[in-house]
Amino acid sequence: MKYRHLIFANLFRKKIRTTLTLGSFAVALFLFGLLAVVRGAFNQGLEVAGANRLVVVNKVSIIQPLPISYKEKLAQISGVTLVTHANWFGGVYQDERNFFPQFAIEDETYRQMFPEFIVPEDQWNTFIGDREGAIVGEDLVKRFHWKVGDRVPIKGTIFPGTWEFNIRGIYRGSRPQDDTTQFWFRYKYLEERENAFWKGLIGWYTVRIDNPDNATRVAGAVDEMFANSPWETKTETEKAFAAGFVKQAGNIEFLLVSIGSVVFFTLLLVTGNTMAIAVRERMRELAVLKAVGFSDNFVLALVLGESLLLAAIGGGFGLALCKLFTLRGDPTGGLMPYFYLAPPVVILGLFSALAVGVVAGILPAWSAMRLRVADALRRV
Amino acid sequence: MVRVDGRGNGNSLVRVRGLDKKYQRGSEEIHVLQGLNLDVDAGDFVAFMGPSGSGKTTLLNLLGGIDLPSAGSITVAGDEITHMSAGKLTAWRARHVGFIFQMYNLIPVLTAFQNVELPLLLTKLSKAERRQHVEAALGIVGLAERMAHYPRQLSGGQEQRVGIARAIVADPTFLLCDEPTGDLDRKSADEVMDLLSRLVREHRKTVLLVTHDPIAAQRAQTVLHLEKGVLVEGRAAEVR
Repeated sequence: MKYRHLIFANLFRKKIRTTLTLGSFAVALFLFGLLAVVRGAFNQGLEVAGANRLVVVNKVSIIQPLPISYKEKLAQISGVTLVTHANWFGGVYQDERNFFPQFAIEDETYRQMFPEFIVPEDQWNTFIGDREGAIVGEDLVKRFHWKVGDRVPIKGTIFPGTWEFNIRGIYRGSRPQDDTTQFWFRYKYLEERENAFWKGLIGWYTVRIDNPDNATRVAGAVDEMFANSPWETKTETEKAFAAGFVKQAGNIEFLLVSIGSVVFFTLLLVTGNTMAIAVRERMRELAVLKAVGFSDNFVLALVLGESLLLAAIGGGFGLALCKLFTLRGDPTGGLMPYFYLAPPVVILGLFSALAVGVVAGILPAWSAMRLRVADALRRV
Repeated sequence: MVRVDGRGNGNSLVRVRGLDKKYQRGSEEIHVLQGLNLDVDAGDFVAFMGPSGSGKTTLLNLLGGIDLPSAGSITVAGDEITHMSAGKLTAWRARHVGFIFQMYNLIPVLTAFQNVELPLLLTKLSKAERRQHVEAALGIVGLAERMAHYPRQLSGGQEQRVGIARAIVADPTFLLCDEPTGDLDRKSADEVMDLLSRLVREHRKTVLLVTHDPIAAQRAQTVLHLEKGVLVEGRAAEVR
């Protein structure tokens, strides 16, 4: 492109100003990326939720248990094809800061229910043959430098005492957004060791249905079946269940969108000001270009091109920094296992930066385009 | 042959008839040019003189198609430019006009080479062809060795010579020079005027020059004075 040097030379004529504007873009897009990552972390449950899975919890609260005897009854409801259950263990590994979720799972059905988690067959078989066996996510393995065969002690908080587990397998997610920081062990182990209160109780059920269109009907049937019992249920789709969790943390979406909007609006003002000054400073030069024979549209494109280039370089740099930051993993020590800058966010960020570039550049570019050569040359 | 009486033979390169230019300054209307006539042949070297505000630069801007007259017509090489659309006029300027300014008006972030190359970017010439043309133009003005220099690394006289190279590089029909020596010392001004004279003499360029400087004006074949909005013939001189 023969005009390339014209755009680049103009862009970097005031190096400090350009660097500061690029910095504004970089910081803004870094922040944008980070906000999107946090939003993604909060909404991860929504993104991975299976459309054909329902979650059955105690109607009073999720921390209240349900009887294990419900499993057979759930399986008999029309439209239900599979039932599994899990318990929240809530143990501590070495230090409370080392948070990660531990679930006591029903080893017969859990893997079938969540096929997105992939465990090698031989490792799974070893796991179900070991009373103290555990399957851990690959991110967790990386975090604590574990390997298959390691013995891991976890101090119970809900279930007192120190629990020892043998790592028998490592699972990975089939999608980038799958949470691979979980720790699974066998419900049978929990049942054998837990105190009398928890005997015969589980945390929640996950139910697979034959058709997502039947979700409302099946959920209604489940709750109706256990209505007026000592353990009434609340059944909802996995997505609604996850959304309920997000809501508990407050209106995160509104908060993130508000911060993001303020950041982009400020960026718009900063860039608009920069471009306006840049154009005003070289009115004569732009007039000379026109006198030489460059068209009004060329001058418009030149100024807009500079603005877009600023946006692309600064924004790209900010997003690249954000990506590098997320590659270091969850900085909260386990609260945001899905700490991932997804490609669509990068694309959205770049488009947003370019949109800011266009909006910020359009007025200065328009004034440059409308510039009357004779008038501009007369100015000293 | 230069005429200001409106009786040119019709073969003139530049033909101006009944040119009027009025400005509105507040409530006051300023009539800068009043029915001005001019005929300039190819290869002429004409100097326009006159007091400040007499309309010399306005005339030059009108001839170069960067300003529009209030009335009258300007025809250059057969093209009537006064009724051209803005887009056509821009393209016409690129093909026919080489501007030389008092303040040089080089782009400071571009090298001498890149400044001179600017008009060629509008052509279909290849990169190699553009380089050839730029080197030739810079050679004519004696700055072939300075093509990688930025304007800030050149003296005023050198900057103006780069400006002249930019004006001639696309081989325009005529050169319009607005006080090209106005910002230079005597020695540099003489060098620039020598160069313009040489362009007329050796390269058959047509040069229209606005100047306050009588010494510079002496280099022109014809000196015209702008008085009360019309041109009055001065004296003719040999091109040195």
